[in-house]
Amino acid sequence: MLAISRQRILGQCFQKIRPAVSELRSYSSAAKQITVREALNSSLDEEMSADPKVFLMGEEVGEYQGAYKITKGLLEKYGPERVLDTPITEAGFTGIGVGAAYYGLKPVVEFMTFNFSMQAIDHIINSAAKSNYMSAGQISVPIVFRGPNGAAAGVGAQHSQCYAAWYASCPGLKVLSPYNSEDARGLLKAAIRDPDPVVFLENELLYGESFPVSDEVLDSSFSLPIGKAKIEREGNDVTITAFSKMVGYALKAAEILEKDGINAEVINLRSIRPLDRSTINASVRKTNRLITVEEGFPQHGVGAEICSSVVEESFAYLDAPVERIAGADVPMPYAANLERMAVPQVEDIVRAAKRACYRSVPLAATA
Amino acid sequence: MEAALTKKDCIITSYRDHCTFVARGGTLLEVFAELNGRQAGCSRGKGGSMHFYKKDSNFYGGHGIVGAQVPLGCGLAFAQKYCKDEAVTFALYGDGAANQGQLFENLNISALWDLPAILVCENNHYGMGTAEWRAAKSPAYYKRGDYAPGLKVDEMDALAVKQACTFSKEHALKNGPIILEMDTYRYHGHSMSDPGSTYRTRDEITGVRQDIEKEVRKELDNAVAQAKENPVPESSQLFTDVYAKGLGVEL
Repeated sequence: MLAISRQRILGQCFQKIRPAVSELRSYSSAAKQITVREALNSSLDEEMSADPKVFLMGEEVGEYQGAYKITKGLLEKYGPERVLDTPITEAGFTGIGVGAAYYGLKPVVEFMTFNFSMQAIDHIINSAAKSNYMSAGQISVPIVFRGPNGAAAGVGAQHSQCYAAWYASCPGLKVLSPYNSEDARGLLKAAIRDPDPVVFLENELLYGESFPVSDEVLDSSFSLPIGKAKIEREGNDVTITAFSKMVGYALKAAEILEKDGINAEVINLRSIRPLDRSTINASVRKTNRLITVEEGFPQHGVGAEICSSVVEESFAYLDAPVERIAGADVPMPYAANLERMAVPQVEDIVRAAKRACYRSVPLAATA
Repeated sequence: MEAALTKKDCIITSYRDHCTFVARGGTLLEVFAELNGRQAGCSRGKGGSMHFYKKDSNFYGGHGIVGAQVPLGCGLAFAQKYCKDEAVTFALYGDGAANQGQLFENLNISALWDLPAILVCENNHYGMGTAEWRAAKSPAYYKRGDYAPGLKVDEMDALAVKQACTFSKEHALKNGPIILEMDTYRYHGHSMSDPGSTYRTRDEITGVRQDIEKEVRKELDNAVAQAKENPVPESSQLFTDVYAKGLGVEL
């Protein structure tokens, strides 16, 4: 139980140690349920209330109440000086956000989706991520870039890319990706309080999903540590790592595998950079098999990094090759049947886990 | 420019940042040590020529990507307004950067939000090796603000520059962004890799140069000598300052 004892040692974390049952049933029936949207909204509200230097900026965040209603009510509460509607000029307003962070303010910049962050990526990487290093600590950049990342449904190739691997490869950035409401609250609060630039990758399809949250999570001082993954479900036979929406898929796959006598351990990464290599490796040393799951493109993806980490640190413990489940190596197609094939499904995770446990014929080597 | 400003006003510029750094209070030793990659450099040897900063004098660098400093400068102006500091930001850029899209995006936002930003175009008539008439359809950079007013100033006249800066500061605090086009000349090439003579004649260059150098030569030589004595950064410095709060991830 190395992973559990590591979590216990954390000073900052308010979590209780939870029994290793599906997280949807681990609380009493009196536990409150909130959507991810409510979790994000309440976090922004509380952090803005606690620190007058925090302000929001982005397209439609104010009068429209947020393109996805994440910033609902905040303009009315905090006024137009702290909730700023921007023109559709990502390069321009992201630069303004980073400049304001240089001066000492704490901007939260919303990208309507992270696809549009590519227009501003020079400011995220060259102006924000690298400044603390280039100035030897003089210029820190306490900014958060947040918004939906990855595939939605039926929005086509230019609106569906996952940017986790791109941003997580850059030293100087921290990259977080919540799954449930507790993650959304804890990680966003931690991101806003953090003195470094944080890329906060949400998921549009998760905004409306409800999850139970304890009183501790609802407290305004709650936050989660950056750089720590969470073991959502304990198991002994195979480790499955995932982040964001894929955590839900991995948990469903684990329930299916249970029926076939395969006990999967599901790790919710929460933090893509820094990656919690110690939790992942401890798990693989226990189970000896690893499946990585992500929505994004397979080449140079998050799974590739996790696989490398495990090969470097725990090679002798592996009983099967590491399997990567990722999106198809194509721009996202529009047709619903093709889109379904381009994104990982629960069956793909189940099949891979069975292959890793030698329960089915291995994949033939492809060119 | 410094004569018209206080240290509460912010300055941000491109990679051509050495003199701005000194004007904001940086020492010659810090300059030469940084250029030689030594510990006593203003960025402890980790930034280099293009990345000088002096936050305690509100000098924010030192930026290598052409044009990036303009949105950053408007961001500084935003923050000054947010904090009610009654101060302005001067964002300096060259005629080469004046064509950048992000500059126009920021003129728009600054004018919309009345930010106290002064955009200073140092027009030396060359963008690296390309003369301005080959890069800009309209080289009247002070006019390109459209709804934002602009002034053209003779940068070789120090008193004119001071007047223009004083005026701009008052204007920006009340009315929002203004463009100052400073008409000047480039003595050397664009950078180490540009001899500066492939696109203009030697005579053109010597005709403009003055004799100020002889007086300060001694002071500079001392600083250079001191800088060369200074040690290089410790190897452990490779992994420091990646984050303000490392969370134990740094080696």
